[in-house]
Amino acid sequence: MRGFIIKEFYHIFRDIRSMVVLFGMPVIQVLLFGFALSTEVKNAPVAIIDHSNDQVTRAITSKLLSSGFFILADQVPGEDHIEEVFRHGKVKEVIIFESDFATKLEKDRQAGIQVIADASDPNTANLLVSYTSAIVSDYQQEYLKGMSLPVTVKTETQMMYNPALKSIFMFVPGVITILLMLITAMMTSISIAKENEMGTMEILLVSPMRPIQIIAGKVLPYVLLAFVNALIILLLSYFVLGMPVKGNLLLLLAESLLFIVMALSLGIFISTVSKSQQMAMMLSMFALMLPTILLSGFIFPIENMPLPLQVISNLMPPRWFIIIVKSIMIKGLGFHYIWKETLIIAGMALFFIALSIKKFKVRLG
Amino acid sequence: MPIIEVENLVKKFGSFVANDNLTFSVEAGEIYGFLGANGAGKTTAMKILCGLSSPTSGKVMVAGYDVAKQSEMVKQRIGYMSQRFSLFEDLSVWENFQFFGGIYGLSKAKIKERTSELLGRLGLESEKNQILGSLPLGWKQKLAFSVSIIHQPSIVFLDEPTGGVDPITRRQFWEIIYETASQGITVFVTTHYMDEAEYCQRVSIMADGRIVALDTPANLKAKYNAANIEEVFLKIARN
Amino acid sequence: MLPVIFVIPVIQLLILAFAVTFEIKNINLVIVDQDHSVASRQLVSKFTAPAFYHIKAYADTYAEAEEQLKTGKAHQILIIPQRFGSDLQKETKASVQLITNAIDGSAAAIMNAYGNSIIADYNQDIIVDMTGGIEMKQPFNIRYSYWFNPELDYKTYMVPGILVLLVTIIGMFLSSMNVVREKEMGTIEQINVSPVKKHQFVIGKLLPFWFIAIFELAFGLLLARIVFGIPIIGSLWLIFGVASVYLLAVLGIGLFISTLVETQQQAMFLAWFFAVVFIMMSGLFTPTDSMPEWAQQVNSINPIAYFIKMMRMIMLKGSQFQDILKPFIAIVIYAVISLTLSVWRYRKVAG
Repeated sequence: MRGFIIKEFYHIFRDIRSMVVLFGMPVIQVLLFGFALSTEVKNAPVAIIDHSNDQVTRAITSKLLSSGFFILADQVPGEDHIEEVFRHGKVKEVIIFESDFATKLEKDRQAGIQVIADASDPNTANLLVSYTSAIVSDYQQEYLKGMSLPVTVKTETQMMYNPALKSIFMFVPGVITILLMLITAMMTSISIAKENEMGTMEILLVSPMRPIQIIAGKVLPYVLLAFVNALIILLLSYFVLGMPVKGNLLLLLAESLLFIVMALSLGIFISTVSKSQQMAMMLSMFALMLPTILLSGFIFPIENMPLPLQVISNLMPPRWFIIIVKSIMIKGLGFHYIWKETLIIAGMALFFIALSIKKFKVRLG
Repeated sequence: MPIIEVENLVKKFGSFVANDNLTFSVEAGEIYGFLGANGAGKTTAMKILCGLSSPTSGKVMVAGYDVAKQSEMVKQRIGYMSQRFSLFEDLSVWENFQFFGGIYGLSKAKIKERTSELLGRLGLESEKNQILGSLPLGWKQKLAFSVSIIHQPSIVFLDEPTGGVDPITRRQFWEIIYETASQGITVFVTTHYMDEAEYCQRVSIMADGRIVALDTPANLKAKYNAANIEEVFLKIARN
Repeated sequence: MLPVIFVIPVIQLLILAFAVTFEIKNINLVIVDQDHSVASRQLVSKFTAPAFYHIKAYADTYAEAEEQLKTGKAHQILIIPQRFGSDLQKETKASVQLITNAIDGSAAAIMNAYGNSIIADYNQDIIVDMTGGIEMKQPFNIRYSYWFNPELDYKTYMVPGILVLLVTIIGMFLSSMNVVREKEMGTIEQINVSPVKKHQFVIGKLLPFWFIAIFELAFGLLLARIVFGIPIIGSLWLIFGVASVYLLAVLGIGLFISTLVETQQQAMFLAWFFAVVFIMMSGLFTPTDSMPEWAQQVNSINPIAYFIKMMRMIMLKGSQFQDILKPFIAIVIYAVISLTLSVWRYRKVAG
């Protein structure tokens, strides 16, 4: 068994490609998601058509521009040109103050603001409009100070778990999950398929080693490497991205190990159904990648999907692991909150192992 | 006492009969040539003998053990070299020996001893730390053979060991086979080179899943009135 | 190969378009009503009106409600404290708490805004009630309009991007695997000994894939129009014109990759690596404008980002050629460079 593990490490460390996947991918992905990608909207170019240009409109404008969400885009000459600037893509939102704004406010106690968003990107449009309305109503509160509303219901809002609304809280658990899943499943399935293809698997099977020993010997190194990977990602997210680990670190690591074992068994299963390394690679890269990214709740919340897709997402192992990671890291929950998810992953691991053993036997028979 | 005994071996894949009632035996220390055209059922039979596949019916005894029931005992006593090249290309020569010695449970000292013995015989001691993938094919084949006998098995199965190898290397390869047999290791070999069949003590020729001829090369040539085994083979294959 | 080329993209288009959505369709709310007054019930009933609000549970204590947040069963908690109703009556001032699970920050921002607007609405209602029907005017009357996509339908936004993704993957992978395959099979030597010229070879390799990808795009557009009802406001000619140049760039990259590697596996690997990074950064899933400066600079060498941007502009906003001039020039340069590189790298002699 020891010889097996040593040999597998030789394979891995002598193959530059596997080294790149193993250690390059995690770092790149974590950095990409940590620093480059976010679903937040910042510095959105906004055009302001101010027909009034009095102290109220100027105050609102400066409040908008100092919020960090908006930057002032080039002047738009008039309403007729809005479509043109949207088409050009330089402006995401246009805010129009009607003429004699301050005067109307004084006389009629009301003045109109029009907000037009480029909703070809509906998410950004939605966010921008809600930022705008929040900022304007903030100003309204200030403006109304002194004038008293007959009745006020004050809303104290609290953003649980992620008060700064950072998108890394959403991304990091997803990145950990996807990397562990893809790397582990891909590496194991390819390495086993390679032995099949090269004919070395036959030699091993003729030896007195039992099939289960052979497979265990092959995958143990990957358990170790995947675990090291998990540690790297966790360290990066903790020290570089400032992710919290509120719950029990040991529990998190134990759950990661379980998930790695699940991904390994999936990899073994893939290798038993694919005839070549090529096919193993295809299966683990493409067949696994899109569903793990899209149907796991990594970026897109599952509950917003149509029902059939929600049902399918139940079959995606990453879905459950993402819940576990979020619960432990961000919510700081203990095992009794996630035993169900843990059980599902363990069940999936057993299922894939049983299936591979069955497939393996068929091949030998 | 024969070291391989096969009686009425049948192997079916669905309705296709790959091995139809094979019966033969191989004596200890013998070099036995297992011939047949492509698709005649050689590889299937060989896989059964090695315990890689199980017979549909019939009795197969290898090294005194029943392959169907005691395949683990059989595996301790056999070596195998497949027609697809089978050492790890990205490991060095020494690492390959170390690994395969390890899976047969040899001690470190034993592996060292066997490795230098086997490499010495091939004259490849200086290549010990070379990565296998960088060596010429002929050397790799010889190394693969050495690896398959590292644990001193009673029988070694060679499945087309000399495919794609130049005549000089093939000749050297057969010298090693003779040497191995002289140490009492039974050699069970398949080949498509009919000149190689002449080197065997006995050969069997398969066609359509059956053994249609089995004797010493000399007797076969006499029986079929042929100048060499190649003619024997062609005569059988045409019928 | 045919099913890979035609069936998989269709399935992906269908699944992706439905799966990829930031629309908030469900907000599961837990209500902690510690007041049990007429006023608190009125406020609660306000939350039952919008279709996307679901009152998941009524809890007696905050701890009980928080449990629902922890287990992920609820997104939001509304806490109406004791004496809410009487405070409103006597002090004309009362407060409620709205707690949102903010792990998904941008969804939380929107859920929070929804909750706040419902409470503000309620505030208006009681003002009308208490002042005897005279509506108190909000000093700032904000009117919103969403252009190009008034329903804020997310599919409209995603489908053009997904189409780009599909033709890119097809183009990049097919072309990167192809030459390597010939290398592996040895057929490339057959071609190398023939009098075919480098550029003829490259053109001969690329044209079939170019046609397949263009066909794929046409097919995808048709699906987008029929199945998803995505408007195609801009000119189809412009779409295909841009796509033609873009595909040259993508095929060029694929071909370049294939000249660098020895096996199909390596080709697949490299293509995958680039595709993942390019796709992630392309703005398909997340907005590119909010990326930091350095990432935007990295993106200036990302052809996928350019093409997604152009496709969305043309299809959804009807942008004209002059609107997309800059990204268009960028991919022209890209196509020229990648094709030149791959012709140069493909050395006939070395094969």
